[in-house]
This record gives sequence, structure tokens and C-alpha cells, in this order.
Amino acid sequence: MNNTLIIFKREFSSFFATPVAYVFIAIFLILSGVFAFNIGGLYERGQADLIPFFNFHPWLYLFLVPAMAMRTWSEERKSGSIELLMTLPVTIWEAMLGKFLAAWAVLGLSLALTFPLWLTVNYLGNPDNGIIVAAYIGSWLMAGAFLAIGLCMSAMSKSQVVAFILAVVLCFLFVLSGSDMVLDAFKAWLPPVLLDTLASFSFLTHFQAMAKGVLSLSDVGYFLIVIGVWLYAGLRVIEQKKAE
Amino acid sequence: MISVKNLSMSFGDFKAVDNLSFDIKPGDIVGFLGPNGAGKSTTMKMLTGFLNPTAGEIRIFEMPMPESATAIQKQIGYLPEGAPAYGDMTPLQFLNFIAEIRGLKGENKKQRIKEVIEQVELGDMLDRPIENLSKGFKRRVGLAQAIIHDPDILILDEPTDGLDPNQKHQVRELIQNLSKDKIVIISTHILEEVSAVCNRAMIIAGGKMLFDASPEELVKRSKYYKAVGIHFSKLADISGLAELEGVAEMEVDSQSGKVTLFPDKDVDLLPVVADYIQQRNLPVDTLYTEQGRMDDVFRMMTTEGAL
Repeated sequence: MNNTLIIFKREFSSFFATPVAYVFIAIFLILSGVFAFNIGGLYERGQADLIPFFNFHPWLYLFLVPAMAMRTWSEERKSGSIELLMTLPVTIWEAMLGKFLAAWAVLGLSLALTFPLWLTVNYLGNPDNGIIVAAYIGSWLMAGAFLAIGLCMSAMSKSQVVAFILAVVLCFLFVLSGSDMVLDAFKAWLPPVLLDTLASFSFLTHFQAMAKGVLSLSDVGYFLIVIGVWLYAGLRVIEQKKAE
Repeated sequence: MISVKNLSMSFGDFKAVDNLSFDIKPGDIVGFLGPNGAGKSTTMKMLTGFLNPTAGEIRIFEMPMPESATAIQKQIGYLPEGAPAYGDMTPLQFLNFIAEIRGLKGENKKQRIKEVIEQVELGDMLDRPIENLSKGFKRRVGLAQAIIHDPDILILDEPTDGLDPNQKHQVRELIQNLSKDKIVIISTHILEEVSAVCNRAMIIAGGKMLFDASPEELVKRSKYYKAVGIHFSKLADISGLAELEGVAEMEVDSQSGKVTLFPDKDVDLLPVVADYIQQRNLPVDTLYTEQGRMDDVFRMMTTEGAL
């Protein structure tokens, strides 16, 4: 666990040593503001809540999180530092977890920096702050799921661009798997049980409840399981591919 | 103590390492020699637990690799080929990171970092990002991280590659100054390096072990070992030299005019040749015994299969 913490610290400060974290935070804040106000109509709705703000998070994460995750393992493999890391007395699991937590912390920080929005709705009206906190937690969990997919894809390829594209495509499938667009495509030849399973993989469905302030065990559990599964998949990928 | 038995590693159809077996004791400074792609780096990667062998057994301090990887890795310092590091960190941050992973803490950590910085002479470069450093300094950072925890086993993959002669000398001194009960394995293309720092030479080619003995033994395999070189100041009749007792062969370099006499096995030619020269009063300006040419043996051994 101690090793995870050391790697966490290294990765976290590396995000700020390179401009990655600053760029990410700035763009996240600008875009989330633009979406919430201009497209979501946060003011015009005349309701004291942040639902328009949270509703756009899956779409923001879809591009921003893979961009953040893409270098994590690709860079290690490209520069050869993975050989150093893997021959230090550190297990791959500890390294993976440290890297994941560091990036997740940056995501958490970006989310936390949207606090002026929360202050605004509190100034303008009387929102249910419990709902807002729950939605923040939900959004962060979902960001973690995107991130885990991104890390796994980053382990797949030495090229950051390939890692990015793979991650965006996969994330896109997960976001949309509950939508009619995807389900219609499979309806013809998948049995209903599998179709339901596919639909239940959707990030959107699980997040929508949380954006409304309902933190149910099944939604929280879903995202935690997605995180765990993809991190494990990434771990296996690294074991397989580290030598290439 | 490193004990390797029937170690093999294949990448698809390609056998990078083929049935290697050897033991290395504390105090051994082993030079891994071999052409590019001979399997030196792959062997090192298996010893350090980066790659898992496809067959064979590695035991280090009685522990099996890769099963006890973490416990073994604690006792190994490793400089991978090309000295990779995290480019966005400064050497100081990087060494601090490695020291923490190596379990060094507090004063002890500071002390060790200070010591290795002095040992590899990183002095002025501590606060620049590693990616901006020259090749030589990057290599020094890599060396520093490998020795920071004073490991019992030090594995260095081409530690002097890309360094200038002064830096090479420094690295060799560094290796020689390590305490005598450690295991050091270095891979290199530079043969003189092996005779300079190693007490054991292993030649690997095509994944197979071709030679494993002291560098002196290696030199003895050379055709030139104890050969006598003569250079004449003016033209002289040398026909008699080849007929001397103990001379197996004579070679004359038509360009430089240098004459080389190769001895029969275990014959000391120099006194015989010196006597002959004195008797005939030959106009010799240089007379010396060759030490044997490593590159000669190396070439002979590693190209045998190809010929």
C-alpha cells in the first residue's frame, strides 16, 4: 500500500509538472460552464438545481478523460521506463492503482473546482444540497469508470493517439449501450436477456439516477465494478505486452 | 548467489535465449559479451524479473524468480538499456522517488541521495528535467538510481554506451569501488571494459553460452596471445625467423612492415627471438609480446556459427 502511495505522489505531481493537469482543469471548467449555461439553460430553467450541469458530464468525460489517461502506460512503454518500474520492488497492481488514483484525484480536483456553480445556485435559490453532493459523487465515480477504460487502452498501445481513439470508442459504447441507437442494432439477433444485459451496461442509465441525487447501491456498485474490471484488464494487458 | 538452469526465452518462433545455465557468486564481476541481439538484455530482463522465462529456472539468494520477484528485486539494482527515467522529473525528484520505493526514509534517505549524487557527479544538474539532460548525465542518473539502496546485486545493461572516454573511465571506477562481496553483471560491446573491470567474462551469441571464464582465459584463446611483434628499421632478411624453434606461423604486414610470430602452444617465444636478433644483428626498432586480442577471439567465437 505504501508503494501505491509513493507512485500516486509521483504521478500526481507529474500531472502538474507537465501542463496536462492545468489544461485539463481549465478546459473542463470552461466546457462544463458552457454546457450548463448555454446549452443546458441553467438560468432560464428557473430551478435551483445543477441537473443541467451534471447531465453533460458523460459527454465531457467521453473526450477529456481518455485524453488524460492516454499517456499513463503508453508513455512508460515508449520511453522504456516501464522496465525500470517493473523491476523495482513494486507489483503491477500497486503501480496500476497508484496511477489510477492519481488521475482520479486530478478529476476530483477539477470537479471540486466547479464549486462556484454550486455557490451560485445556493445564492439564487434553495437547492437540495444533499442531491448536489450525491450528484458530485456520482459524477466522480463515473469519471473513474471512464478513466479505468482509458488506462486499459493506454496499456494496449505504445502510441498515445491509438490509446486515445480506442478509449473514446469504448467509452462511447459504454455511454450509449442503453440507447435505442445501439439496442436497435443488436435487437435483430440478440436474445432479450443479453439485450437487457447490454442495456444495463450503460453509463448513462446508471448516472442519470445519481445526477438526480439517488445514490443506490446498484449504481455505485456498478461503477466500482467497472473500475475494478477495467483496471484488472489493464493489468493483464501490461503483463502480456510489457516485453514488446 | 545467482543460479540459472536451462534458461530459455522465446518470442514467437524466435529463440532469444537458448538453454543458458550458470552460477554467479558474490564477488563475481561478470561481463556479458555478445553481438547485438545475442540475448544479453533478454537474460538481464529475466534476472531482474521484467520478463518471465518460457523455460528454465532462476534462483537468486535461494528464492525463485519470478515467484518471489518483489523480495528479490529489493536486493537488485538495475540499469535497463538506454537508462530510461521519468523525463518530466528532475534528477533530485527522481532519486527521491526511487529511494522511497526502495524503502529508504528520513535522514538515511537524504544521506544516500547525497552520496550517490557525489558518486556519479551529478552536482550541477539536479534541478533540470531529466529529458533536458545530455546522454551522459541521463546515464549517470540511471546509475545513481541503481546503486541508491546499496544492492547486493547490480545489473547494468550497457552502462557506458554513449559516454565519452572520461565518463567511461568514471563508470568503471565506480564499479571497481563497489564493495568486493557484491555480484555485478554488466553487458557491453566494449571488450577492453571487460578486462578492465570484470573478473569473469561470458560470451553469448544466438542465445547460447559460448564462453564462461576469466577475461585472461579469453585472451589466451587469441591467436595473438604471446605472439611476438617485430618491426625493423630497415630491410632485413627475416626468412630465418619462421624456422625458429616454437614458431608456428609468421605473418608479415606488407603495409607497415610489421612481422608477427605466432608461438606453438605454451611456448615463450620472446627469449628465442631476442637471441636470434642479437646473433644476426638484425636492425630491430620495436620488439614486444602481444597480450592477445579480445576482439579477435570475440569475432572468432561469435561468427563461427555463421561461417
